[in-house]
Amino acid sequence: MFASFGVLPMDVILGVVVFWLVLGMAGLVLQNSRLIARIIFPLGALGSLALAGAALAGLDETSTAILPLGLPDLPFHLRMDALSAFFLLLLGSASIGISVFSAGYFRDMPKASLGPLCLEYHLFLASMALVFLADDAYLFMVAWESMALSSYFLVTTDHDQPEVRRAGFLYLLIAHVGAISILMCFGVMQGGHGDYTFGAMRHAHLTTSWASAVFFLALFGFGAKAGILPLHAWLPEAHPAAPSPVSAMMSGIMLKTAIYGILRITFDLLGMQLWWWGVAALALGLLTALFGVIFAAVQVDMKRLLAYSSIENIGFILTGVGLTIIFHDSHKDALAALALTASLYHALNHAFMKGLLFLGTGSILHATGERHLGKFGGLIRQMPKLALLMLVGALALAGLPPLNGFVSEWLLLQAFLLSPGLPQPYINMLVPIAAAALVLAAALAGYVMVKFYGVIFLGQPRDSSLAKVHDAGLWERAGMLCMVIGCIALGVFPTFVILHLDHVTEMLVHHSLSVSAAKTGWLLLTPIQAERASYGPLVLLLIIAGGGLLIALAVKKLVHGRLRRGPAWDCGFPAQTARMQDTAEGFGQPIRQIFEWYMGVVRQVPTPFDKHPHFHSETHDLLWNIFYAPVKRLNDAIGKQLGKLQHGRIHIYLLYSFLTLLALLAFVR
Amino acid sequence: MNIPFSGQIINMCAALLLLIAFAMLSQRRILSLINLFALQGLILAASTSVVAYSSHQTHLYYSAALTLVLKAMILPWILHRLIRKLNIKWDVETMFNIPTTMLAGLGLVVFAFNLAAPVSQMAGTITRSTLGIAMASVLLSFLMMITRSKAVPQVVGFLAMENGLFFAATSATYGMPMVVELGIALDVLVAMFILGIFFFQIRTAFDSLDLHHMEKLKED
Repeated sequence: MFASFGVLPMDVILGVVVFWLVLGMAGLVLQNSRLIARIIFPLGALGSLALAGAALAGLDETSTAILPLGLPDLPFHLRMDALSAFFLLLLGSASIGISVFSAGYFRDMPKASLGPLCLEYHLFLASMALVFLADDAYLFMVAWESMALSSYFLVTTDHDQPEVRRAGFLYLLIAHVGAISILMCFGVMQGGHGDYTFGAMRHAHLTTSWASAVFFLALFGFGAKAGILPLHAWLPEAHPAAPSPVSAMMSGIMLKTAIYGILRITFDLLGMQLWWWGVAALALGLLTALFGVIFAAVQVDMKRLLAYSSIENIGFILTGVGLTIIFHDSHKDALAALALTASLYHALNHAFMKGLLFLGTGSILHATGERHLGKFGGLIRQMPKLALLMLVGALALAGLPPLNGFVSEWLLLQAFLLSPGLPQPYINMLVPIAAAALVLAAALAGYVMVKFYGVIFLGQPRDSSLAKVHDAGLWERAGMLCMVIGCIALGVFPTFVILHLDHVTEMLVHHSLSVSAAKTGWLLLTPIQAERASYGPLVLLLIIAGGGLLIALAVKKLVHGRLRRGPAWDCGFPAQTARMQDTAEGFGQPIRQIFEWYMGVVRQVPTPFDKHPHFHSETHDLLWNIFYAPVKRLNDAIGKQLGKLQHGRIHIYLLYSFLTLLALLAFVR
Repeated sequence: MNIPFSGQIINMCAALLLLIAFAMLSQRRILSLINLFALQGLILAASTSVVAYSSHQTHLYYSAALTLVLKAMILPWILHRLIRKLNIKWDVETMFNIPTTMLAGLGLVVFAFNLAAPVSQMAGTITRSTLGIAMASVLLSFLMMITRSKAVPQVVGFLAMENGLFFAATSATYGMPMVVELGIALDVLVAMFILGIFFFQIRTAFDSLDLHHMEKLKED
């Protein structure tokens, strides 16, 4: 498409990056916040569209460039191959909707905070694009860090609140610990040649133990960004703190940069993969998925709930990556391609569905000013359009056909079910357990979405102030509609998506899925063989639509007119209020009961003689106590010891330097 | 042992410098301290010019002149003015037990000579034997800064340390390049001005130049 004009996709993408940076600067200069919201953000969305188009066009080619920026004698190397192009496509296509939504969401923000926010927002987009394009460790780290910093400032938009500052600091801290690990990983990978371009790393020969060190450093470093256990602690804090479009972008897109990093290093830069890396990634992914979904089920803050759900989805994707490594090491390339396709597909899907839901929470937050699920209820009457859009997202995230969440989860399960025949007998035995855990997580995700959607939109309003709530604005709905279209299209036309994913799997595991996937035509998705499993989403959609229509007609014909309304049975307690509905806490209660040993539950139960009975229950993350609290204590203890050095007496300070001087003199002698 | 006459003069200067360093270490009176500092500058200038004469290094003459003007005249003059303005001319300072300080100083001298022995064997200069004394006077000045409790003697200690460094440079390598020396001289002058301003600030803040009051600034 672009080649006919003599323009390479890479040029278009670099142009968009520059365009975004210019837009960000313009946001600082423009004086009117309504103008910024109405002009800059939609223009940014156009940039996203161009980026997505260019990335789609660039999926089947590899182009490189050297930018004469950076330090003297150390230019930036760029390269766009299928893997970069796929993630750029994800970035572009998912950010269209988010930018359009932002045009509505930020319109009432004061100029003093919107100007910097606009700059950080577009800087964030541009640095993510550069992360995907980087072909040397230098540019990669520069882009990675500017991504972390710009998102830190976005998270702390409401920095006048102490808990937002705390969340931002935690995020920054973990992001930097991860960045150090990534830096060390690159340091090992250059293999002592001092050449930090990815091209040199591809040809470096590492021993098995060094390669393992690289893999686990990468897993740790990128895991900190993705929220893999036990580095997830920042996610449930930062997402509720950030403005909703930012949460959508961080959860939908930024977490995927970590997946990109793991794939890039494991399959592209390292010349080898060992099966036990895959086992580690698989186990970690499953733990993360289960942890995320169980904690999501007991949350009462809607954005925290979605944040934990993001942890779960990252776990899903990591599980797929682990499975890919296992298959690839066993030379089962078709299966490796299947697992990798499922992971990439899920990454793309998650960007759309979680983006959609986070945007929706933004609209709700805008309308009600409330994040606590206990204050909602019955919003479907006040916000019917939003409720419809959110329904699509909730169904997709619950993994129901014919929407996109189902396709990727189904593909991943197919990969699991086809795994018997691996050379390692123990893994063969463990894989069914892993598959069962995966199914458990997927089912609980459905439970979480029922809770999320049901408590917010269904039932009666739990708070009287909800009656005056208005529906989401036009821009906001337009942005969410983009995401909805993505969810439906990805769900209904999986064979087309897989056709494009082939370029990536071809590059990483040297096998593609479309040979078998589209064998029976584009209507039917058959991962390996039509006899084993196939899925025709469009047919299913038609059946669901047709069936739904038939049932609706039948209900209208048979039941309408014979309806009798009477008072519900009130258990002998006539004073019923909307607050007696099942609450978010109540809905999550069974899960909390079952997994109580797994989380720290603090309960405050009133005695029968309390005059003013009050029930209070809080769920804590036990992993915080296990992994983070000791580090914090150690840090405090060291700080206290070091604090003793500070006396405030100038003579003591002089004595320190004097003794240092003497020691150094004695040392150099 | 046959040492030329100029060498003997240099050695005598070095011995005098060491003596002055010890004198400064044990001196309680601020006014006498400044006079000792001026004397140290004078001896330094004299020894530098002797080194210049005996080694035919013309640039050392400039160094000697600079030292004479700056360290034997301008800085003592500024200090005199300062203590007159601050009205602390006759102050007697309580300080750390003097005999103990002297003993510590003796230990430092032994350490410095021990340290300088391998270096002076490598140096080919006429003044190499004085390197140990130069190091010793640096360390003694540092010790003086540590044991003093008031601001002005500490600054004098700082300036005396710079003198020791200068002497070490001349004795080890016939002085530093002229540019560096000029730079250091300027630094010392500027530091003197800034510290002079600080004296007044400290006194307005604490009503005294006793540095013990600054312990209140510590953050708990």
